[in-house]
This record gives sequence, C-alpha cells and structure tokens, in this order.
Amino acid sequence: MQSGTRLGFYLLLTPLVLWLALLIVIPHIDMFLVSLRERVGVRQYETSFANYLTFFTEPLYIWTFVRTAVMSVLATIITLLIAFPVSLYIAKIARGRLGQVLFVLCLIPFYVSELVRTFGWMILLRETGLVSNLLQWAGLADQPVEMLYNDAAIMIGLVYTSMLFMVVPLVTTLESLDDSVIEAGYDLGGNGFSVLREIIIPHAAPGIVSGSIVVFMLSLGNYLTPTILGGKDSLWFTEMIYNQFIVRFNWELGAAFGFMLLILSSLIVWGMLKLTRQSLEETMG
Amino acid sequence: MKNQTVKLAAIGLAMAGLAQTANADTLRLLTWGGYAPEDVVALFEEETGHTVEVTKSNNEEMIAKLRATGGGGFDLAQPSQDRITGPQLEFGIYKPIDVSKIDQGQFIQSMLGATMANTTVEGEVYGVPHVWGTSGLVMDTKAAGDIVKDYTDLCDPAVAGKVSYRLKRPTLIGFAFAMGMDPFAAYSDADAYGEVMSKVEAKLIECKSNVKTYWGGGDELMGLVRSGEVVASMAWDTGGWKLNADNPDITFVAPASGALGWIDTFVLPAKGQSDNAAYAWINFVMRPEIAAKITAAAGNFTASQGADAYAEDALKARYQASFPPEAVDNIKWYPPVPAGLEAIEGGVLDRVKAAQ
Repeated sequence: MQSGTRLGFYLLLTPLVLWLALLIVIPHIDMFLVSLRERVGVRQYETSFANYLTFFTEPLYIWTFVRTAVMSVLATIITLLIAFPVSLYIAKIARGRLGQVLFVLCLIPFYVSELVRTFGWMILLRETGLVSNLLQWAGLADQPVEMLYNDAAIMIGLVYTSMLFMVVPLVTTLESLDDSVIEAGYDLGGNGFSVLREIIIPHAAPGIVSGSIVVFMLSLGNYLTPTILGGKDSLWFTEMIYNQFIVRFNWELGAAFGFMLLILSSLIVWGMLKLTRQSLEETMG
Repeated sequence: MKNQTVKLAAIGLAMAGLAQTANADTLRLLTWGGYAPEDVVALFEEETGHTVEVTKSNNEEMIAKLRATGGGGFDLAQPSQDRITGPQLEFGIYKPIDVSKIDQGQFIQSMLGATMANTTVEGEVYGVPHVWGTSGLVMDTKAAGDIVKDYTDLCDPAVAGKVSYRLKRPTLIGFAFAMGMDPFAAYSDADAYGEVMSKVEAKLIECKSNVKTYWGGGDELMGLVRSGEVVASMAWDTGGWKLNADNPDITFVAPASGALGWIDTFVLPAKGQSDNAAYAWINFVMRPEIAAKITAAAGNFTASQGADAYAEDALKARYQASFPPEAVDNIKWYPPVPAGLEAIEGGVLDRVKAAQ
C-alpha cells in the first residue's frame, strides 16, 4: 500500500476508533467495574459478584427479563407480519410516485418525538378517549372501555414505534429482486404462495433478519412506551435499570443489570441467527 | 475640553461595565417545576446582574445528577430536607452552608431551626428551607368523600378501578401510618423497618387490583382526576388545589392518619462555582413579596416569614378547607432518611410492581 493511501486509511479510521473507544468500550469497562462493587457500609465497597448473584437469586429480576424478552420477540414478529405486505406493496406493486408517497407516509409519524407519539396512543386508548367514545356511539359498548395500562397497549406502542425500522430494510431488499425471477416462478407453474415461499422470502431474508434484529433490540431497550402505556403492570427490564440507578441510588446493581441485558440480548440474537441459519455476514451484505 | 470629558465618561462607563461582568455570575439552579418562575428570575437578573439557568428535576434525579458529577454542574440545588444527610454521608455531594451569609430574619424561625437541625452532618449545616407542603389524598368528594378517609381506604371495593397512587416511597410511608404503624420510629433499625415494609408490601399487593394505574408525574395525575377516570388518589396538596379551581368537588383532603409533610431546601452542591450568586438567590427569593410569587406559581407555601400576607385569598381558603387546625398538628414531617433504606424500599416496590 502506498503511504498516501495508508495515511488516508488511518484518517478515515480515526473517527470510528474514537467513537468506539470513547462512547462504547471505555464506558462499558467502567460500568463493568462498577457492577463488581458491593456496598458493605457507608462509603465502603468490596469487589465481588454479589450484584450478579442478586440477579440470579431473585426470581423477580429473571422473570422481568424473560417477560421483556418474550414480549420483544412477539413485537418483532407482529411488526414483521404487518411490515412485510406493506413493503412488498411499496417495492413491487406501487411503483414510482405512489411508492414514494407510501414510503413517506410510513416515515411521517417519525417526524415527531417518541414521547408525542406515545401520548397520541394514550389519547386514543384511554377510558375517556377516542376509541372508547366511538365504541359507545356505535352502540358496541354501553359503558366506557379502558384499553390503556395493559400488555396489549404496550404491544401496540412497540409495534407502532418500530414499524419504520422493519419497512426500510425490507423495501430495500425487495426492490433488488428482479421481476423476471418472479415471472419465471409463475411460468414454471408456481402459484402465489409457492412463489412467495420459494423466491420472495429467501431473497428478502437478509432484510428480514436485519430488520428483526433492529426491532428486537429497540423493543428490548425501550423505556418510554412500556412505562407510559403499561401502567401498573408495565414490568420492563429497562425500567428496572432506571430505578436502580436513579431511584434507589444503587448504581452497582443497575450496572450489573445493564451488563446482563447486554449479554442476554446478544445471546438471543445469536441464537435466532443460528435457528434461522442466517449469518451476520450475509445479513450485513 | 469637552472632548476630554466625554472620553473620561466613556472610560468610566466601560470600567463600570467591566466591574459589572466581574461580579455577575451564572447561577445554575437545579430545582422543581414552579420554584423559579420566569418573572422572579427576570427580577433577580435585573437587580443583581447574575444570570440564572434553571434545570427542573425531582429528588431522586437531583441526587443522581449530583452523584454522577461528584457534586458538580450546578451551583444550587433543592432536594427535600430528609434527603440531605443520607446522600451527603454516602456520596459527599454537598458543601456546608455559611449561614452568616443568609438573612435568617426572613425565615419562619421554627422551620429554619428544624431544617438546619435535620440537615446537620458532623456539626455543619447543609440545608435551609424554601418551599413546604404535604401529600395526602386528592379526591372527588362527591364520588369518594364518604368512602376514602385514609390511604388504606383506597383499597375499598367501592372505588375499585378508580383509584391511583405513585409507586414510590411516600406511598409506602403513608400506608404504614394508615395501618397503625410508625415507619419513622423504625428508621434507625433496618430489621424493624424491613418488617414494617413487608406488611405494607402485602397490603399493596392485595390492593393492586383496585388501582387503575400508578401515576408517574403530576400532569398524568391531573389528567386522570380531571377526566373522572380516577376519583381518589394519593397526591400532593397543590395538585388537589389546582383541580379545585376548575371543579369545586375535587380537593385535597388530609388523611385520618395524618398528611405527610415535606420541606424542599436550598443546598450547595460540593463543586458549585458561584456561591455568591447562590446566597444572593436564596436571600432574594425569601423576601415576602418574591416568595408570594413563587407560592402563586408552585401552589405551595414557602418558609418566608410574612409571605402569607401577599398570597392569593383563594389559595388560602383552599388551604384552610383542607387543613383544619387539628390536621395541621397531625402532619407527619419526614425525618432524615438514613443511608441504605432505599434498598429495602426498592425491593418492596419492585415486588409490588411485579405482583399479578
């Protein structure tokens, strides 16, 4: 390599290395060290794995994590089921201007902050809200209906929040699928279902996987939506981390929780990739 | 000659300007919503030349923010008086207040004395009082007035699905008192306190099905009560009084076992950089006419001597309706929270939240 190109290479590499080191690696090392401290008295700390032990011995914490992970997986699946037809329509059926308009329509809710979007759902779903009034007006309900503060409300919020992150990779991969391949599938005697199963889905697999990873991680790490829409039953792992850090002043346990979230979520993503026989290299192109 | 005078005057003015900038500091104030209203900030900036940057927060976040920086980033903070000695012992995030720089005559003496005593660590005073108030019950008296007299009545089947409270420490304390226990007496003994809390935990889990939702912020609660979705809730007095202005049926009621009294204070963060501006702010806002403006904005009374005279009549009437003299005597003032109690309470709150 010539010295000029080499210099350019390092110059280009520097921001990435700085980003990784300063914002990701160093804070994580620091957090790991904090998680190994055990408070034994006022301003007295010892190094131990007590905080991790707390996570594994208190069923409440494991239960919360499992609940969060299962609901995130469910949210990912629902998002995929809704986003796939939408993306297929945008990429293959509505071409040109209409496709662009539809794409922008998917984007518009993201012009406002997540907080505002979530409050929008509160206005719709609450007991004195729009949906409840509409049902009563239509005679389908004879008293106000409460649709907020339960797991279904959390799910609606999560799916709505992450829809765009599934649509974008799906549209991109589906657009790269040559129409003549689909046509050939039909010519060879395939029907709609078998073309979808044998041609479209395998081609879109990298998009499906990358979209699913993003949506899963976003749901797992979401704090606002479960807390606001879930009400008294909104048990979410990130909320526990927040509580430990801010409300309980227990940074040590909070840091341990943070690490468990990192490790367990990485394991889940890895397991999913194995299960679906995808590799990260393929997905990332 | 004339030219000379103009020059001199110009130099004089410039020097005055320099002197002004040398004395003028930026006061970074970490406070609650309503405690630093814009008109008060503007008056202060005009009078002293200091500028004020206001950050709104709550007790836990204030302490967490100061802990993260070791007491830096702010010049004046306003945690409640019971949350000063514990965090100070544990994290060392405050510095002592030089009480001689404070105009003590402006304070209600009993409140000043009690706050200073409660915030003394190793002989140094760390806090002086600012705003005080209580938490108790906010309710629609028509719908729930006959049923809900105390915190535990929120669990009455007659109001099922129409009550709310916060899942935070005041709720634990309030329920403990309503159940006939004295959590404050158990503060110094972690085992005894754990026992009190486990009884409260059982009660709160049993009560959970009655609750519509645990409210998080004041605005959320306002929405719930104003829309009629919630008829009774544990809340701050000001919340009830604000709603009372719109709907006379809704007001704040001191519970039978006693309202819980809090005092928000002034403390100096350990690495605060403009103490002079901080002292100037304290002395400025404790003036009766300025304190009355803060009362109008926050809805709560201050520890300023004589500010009552400037307060709105409507607010005074609401206060007197909620607090007959015997209810005032029955207010339970929070004693300082010893370091480490939060862990016990945290476990209880987590388990209540997780209960089905």
